[in-house]
Amino acid sequence: MGRITLEGVQKSFGPVHIIKGADLDIPDGAFVVFVGPSGCGKTTLLRLIAGLEDVSGGRILIDGNNVVDVPPAKRGLSMVFQSYALYPHMSVRGNIAFGLKMAGLPKAEINRKVEAAAATLNLTPYLDRKPRELSGGQRQRVAIGRAIVREPKAFLFDEPLSNLDAALRVQMRLEVTRLQKQLGTTAIYVTHDQVEAMTMADKIVVLNAGRIEQYGSPIELYQRPANLFVAGFIGSPKMNLITGAEADKHNATTIGVRPEHIGIVEAGNEGWSGKVVIAEHLGSDTFLYVDAGALGTLTVRVVGEKRLNAGDAVMLRPEPSRIYRFDANGNSMFA
Amino acid sequence: MARKVTGRHVVISTAGAWIAGFVIFFPILWMVLASFKTELEAFATPPSFLFFHWTTENYVTVQERSDYLHHALNSLIVAGGSTLIAMLIAIPAAWSMAFSPTKRTKDILLWMLSTKMMPPVGVLVPIYLIYKNLGLLDTRTGLVFILCLGNLPIVIWMLFTYFKEIPKDILEAARMDGATIGRELIYVLTPMAIPGLASTLLLNLILAWNEAFWTLNLSTLEAAPLTTFIASYSSPEGLFWARLSAASTLAIAPILIIGWFSQKQLVRGLTFGAVK
Repeated sequence: MGRITLEGVQKSFGPVHIIKGADLDIPDGAFVVFVGPSGCGKTTLLRLIAGLEDVSGGRILIDGNNVVDVPPAKRGLSMVFQSYALYPHMSVRGNIAFGLKMAGLPKAEINRKVEAAAATLNLTPYLDRKPRELSGGQRQRVAIGRAIVREPKAFLFDEPLSNLDAALRVQMRLEVTRLQKQLGTTAIYVTHDQVEAMTMADKIVVLNAGRIEQYGSPIELYQRPANLFVAGFIGSPKMNLITGAEADKHNATTIGVRPEHIGIVEAGNEGWSGKVVIAEHLGSDTFLYVDAGALGTLTVRVVGEKRLNAGDAVMLRPEPSRIYRFDANGNSMFA
Repeated sequence: MARKVTGRHVVISTAGAWIAGFVIFFPILWMVLASFKTELEAFATPPSFLFFHWTTENYVTVQERSDYLHHALNSLIVAGGSTLIAMLIAIPAAWSMAFSPTKRTKDILLWMLSTKMMPPVGVLVPIYLIYKNLGLLDTRTGLVFILCLGNLPIVIWMLFTYFKEIPKDILEAARMDGATIGRELIYVLTPMAIPGLASTLLLNLILAWNEAFWTLNLSTLEAAPLTTFIASYSSPEGLFWARLSAASTLAIAPILIIGWFSQKQLVRGLTFGAVK
């Protein structure tokens, strides 16, 4: 079991409030991603759950028990660090076995568990190597091995893929997700990469300046962002946000339209006229940056075959049902 | 583009290194040679390099006149004792400054180092009077105490730099893995810090062994280490070069042997932090 509940969790470093009261309920077996810009407090929140930092206020419950005064090792969680944090003087086997050794398990059982974990992660041929003899991806797998071998109540991942190259990152993303589904263990995963968040999570927690802005499934966040921040943060390319007269027409302070919800129509139709400033041809898609006069520069996502270039005049038409409206406080106004 | 290393470069730089090494080592070699000469040959002009009348007479005289072993034992106790106590104080101090620094940590480190910038002679009179009143003059305890305090800033700084290099994440990983502070020290930190601990210990041992200011001023006979033993050959009877050389050779021999066998650790210790 691994249900984690946060109740009014706060953290300050001196006069600086890093976490300003977080409430969250993570069900057993869920894959939850904390996402937000740098400095939003996502890593601090993870470290509070891990016990590597002490809370300044509030409660953290693991399976119903308040653990704020419980040391990290006794919380039954394991953590994968951004830097992998492998023990450099120990072999891969020693690294994976360390937690079990500390728990005082018999040698035969330690060996059996280490071999099983190594087999799951394709690390068997490297068991007797030292971390410095491994590639980045292999080191990452050792760090994951060290986490799974202890059969924790939950895994805590602190930006574990950020040191890998792009191709390996995609591959490891799949592996981590598959492993978590296979083990059925609760996982909390911190990242600043919203693509990672969208692809891996059962539920996403969007953090901003020490507050939880929204907690929901990836698709909920995409379709029903609670406020301007979430609307701007989730989705790639970013949502177009328009203020002024055009927003007033919709009885809102700000309106938002995602680039994929803007179509190009024939000249003479009703819509927003503009001129293409830059066209990025990605093959499958083309991203157009269109100067739409008073509306500002709008990003438009069209199919890759669309042959438009810088300087072309276009007529844009947003899908009326996909226009998000926000009030003066930046909160969403859903119909 | 990588710089091309040709055969000629290798020859030139090797020869250069040997020459530089020889120039640095020459005084020591000259001293060892002089210790095997007679007093007359020792300051003859032109000096004879290898072709002289070899004799061990000076060593016999030195041992007869003053008890070498007594002074060597004093050196061992004073250098070893002060080093061990300095390490015992410095490890936890450097540890806490490296792993749980406060906003004053940097100031404390700098303040400690600043004590090394003051010439020792500036505090000689007060220290001498304190030692006199406490009955610490010419005692091994007194020397251990002053050398330990004198070297403590350097020991703490060296260990601090070593500990600073150990990533905090690794210690946190050990904590997540269920290691208590004791086990974290035994299984994770110590194995990672051994090279640093060893070179700090060695360097401090050498510094304490060779320390001459305090040992000369605060000891006469009972607690006198090898530095005092050498000094006793300089002025009172005029300069006896051969005997002085024999005494000096005997005094530096133990530390030279230790140094020779621990070259690797020492070099790492001395160049630490220069390259990542």
